[in-house]
Amino acid sequence: MKILVPVKRVVDYNVKVRVKSDGTGVETAGVKMSMNPFDEIGVEEAVRLKEKGVATEIVAVSLGVAACAETIRTALAMGADRGILVESDADLQPLAVAKLLKAIADKEQPGLIILGKQAIDDDMSATGQMLAALLGWSQGTFASELTVDGGNLTVKREVDGGMETIVLTLPSIVTTDLRLNEPRYASLPNIMKARKKPIETVKPEDLGVDVAPRLTVVSVAEPPKRQAGVKVGSVAELVAKLKTEAKVI
Amino acid sequence: MTVLVLLDHEAGIIKQPSRSAVAAASKLGDVHVLIAGQGVQAAADAAAKLPGVAKVLLADDAAYANALAEPMSALLVSLAPAYSHLLAATTAVGKNIMPRVAALLDSQPISDISGVVDADTFVRPIYAGNAMATVKSSDAKKVITVRAASFDPVAATGGSAAIEAVAAAASASVSRFVSAELSKSERPELTAARVVVSGGRGMQNGDNFALLDPIADALGAAVGASRAAVDAGFVPNDYQVGQTGKIVAPELYIAVGISGAIQHLAGMKDSKVIVAINKDEEAPIFSVADYGLVADLFTALPELAAELKKA
Repeated sequence: MKILVPVKRVVDYNVKVRVKSDGTGVETAGVKMSMNPFDEIGVEEAVRLKEKGVATEIVAVSLGVAACAETIRTALAMGADRGILVESDADLQPLAVAKLLKAIADKEQPGLIILGKQAIDDDMSATGQMLAALLGWSQGTFASELTVDGGNLTVKREVDGGMETIVLTLPSIVTTDLRLNEPRYASLPNIMKARKKPIETVKPEDLGVDVAPRLTVVSVAEPPKRQAGVKVGSVAELVAKLKTEAKVI
Repeated sequence: MTVLVLLDHEAGIIKQPSRSAVAAASKLGDVHVLIAGQGVQAAADAAAKLPGVAKVLLADDAAYANALAEPMSALLVSLAPAYSHLLAATTAVGKNIMPRVAALLDSQPISDISGVVDADTFVRPIYAGNAMATVKSSDAKKVITVRAASFDPVAATGGSAAIEAVAAAASASVSRFVSAELSKSERPELTAARVVVSGGRGMQNGDNFALLDPIADALGAAVGASRAAVDAGFVPNDYQVGQTGKIVAPELYIAVGISGAIQHLAGMKDSKVIVAINKDEEAPIFSVADYGLVADLFTALPELAAELKKA
């Protein structure tokens, strides 16, 4: 079975983003970029499935500016076999990304596509579900455990009240939650090997997809700032303040 | 303009985040709501009592018993022609289903809105809430999930809407529910609690979470946790508060042994009053706390429990 793993290049999770002073977005110039952490979990899961003999080939796909090739390289160093870069300078929103991925899936015919449950930049949490809809495939979102058994995929999902187990008919879309696995660090030899693995570059036009954004960003603003309050000296003082000052207990 | 809200329900009760979604929907137009499930007349009756709801659509069919995304999205798409906006709360159910619906309608979903500007324009947090984006949709049909913490829920009773049965929609059977392991708790749900007491890595192990119990009992609070505590296996995943867990905005949030990573702050910084108990006085959590107590939690928690008991 071939597995497709879409990987997104995002502002590193350790960076505290700053809103641009003109309110058009957040400052990304000179900011450290990394693979979306949930996508890393997706790559790791695909590699583990290959190590178990379930997967035969892993194709990492990234969509966006030319530098997304670096994100694909990271996936290749973790164990993906080859990459596809859908190069575009446009603002690619989840619907457009899902359509582009559908075009790639139509060509590549994977049995499973593993995506992160959300990207930590736009926090949309939408692409996986949308891709499943466009392909007409089953979906297992927020997965914390996967088991492939013949033509079926058992997915343990994180839901609001705990966990849920569902069985999907393959081909399927899976989106990863935090507890699915702990991604490996790529070893130096594997990083060297990844340099020789192929990355194919295509354009949205080649895939026949209109990527025009449906959402226009009117403005981006700082959230209301919270002021640090006071330090209290004791538990008794804390309880007294919560009672008489904050009046919440 | 008429909008449709998919409601989360359990045992005949409409979940509070869905009542917040109804509040958001009321800003857009006439509100119809959808109850889907099996043997869910009681939930439909409860939905009919929500103030501001003009009509309840009831899809009572085995296909909807476990809210699987594939049949649920087919149902919503079959109902979509009558509506300008389709909404749900940003819950595990809403997040699973609504983007699938959006793609089937060729619409870009607008996830986790925290504000309604007009029928096309919405505010939503990005980058873990470190920026607020105002976005305008050009899609004919808007598909939206609603951040419950940002909208005061409508009351559970007061309305009297008509209930109309709707037919199940055809959908290929590609998924099957097997089982659910839900955390059993007498406490209020995290997203609906007036007070939340959360523990972090500083709790050191799962057994020590018991130190939070007497405090939660005294305050009628829900118990939450940071991602670090969940990843370390101290407590189950459904306790997690943060960017990728639950978003809460209670009257009082007590963070114990939580350093305050931005991903955690994203899930609780809209709380009305924040208390932080941490032995590290440099911990970032103190920068958002109204009341900070620099103390060893193993001393402070029993003291706090005793002090609250006195009251």
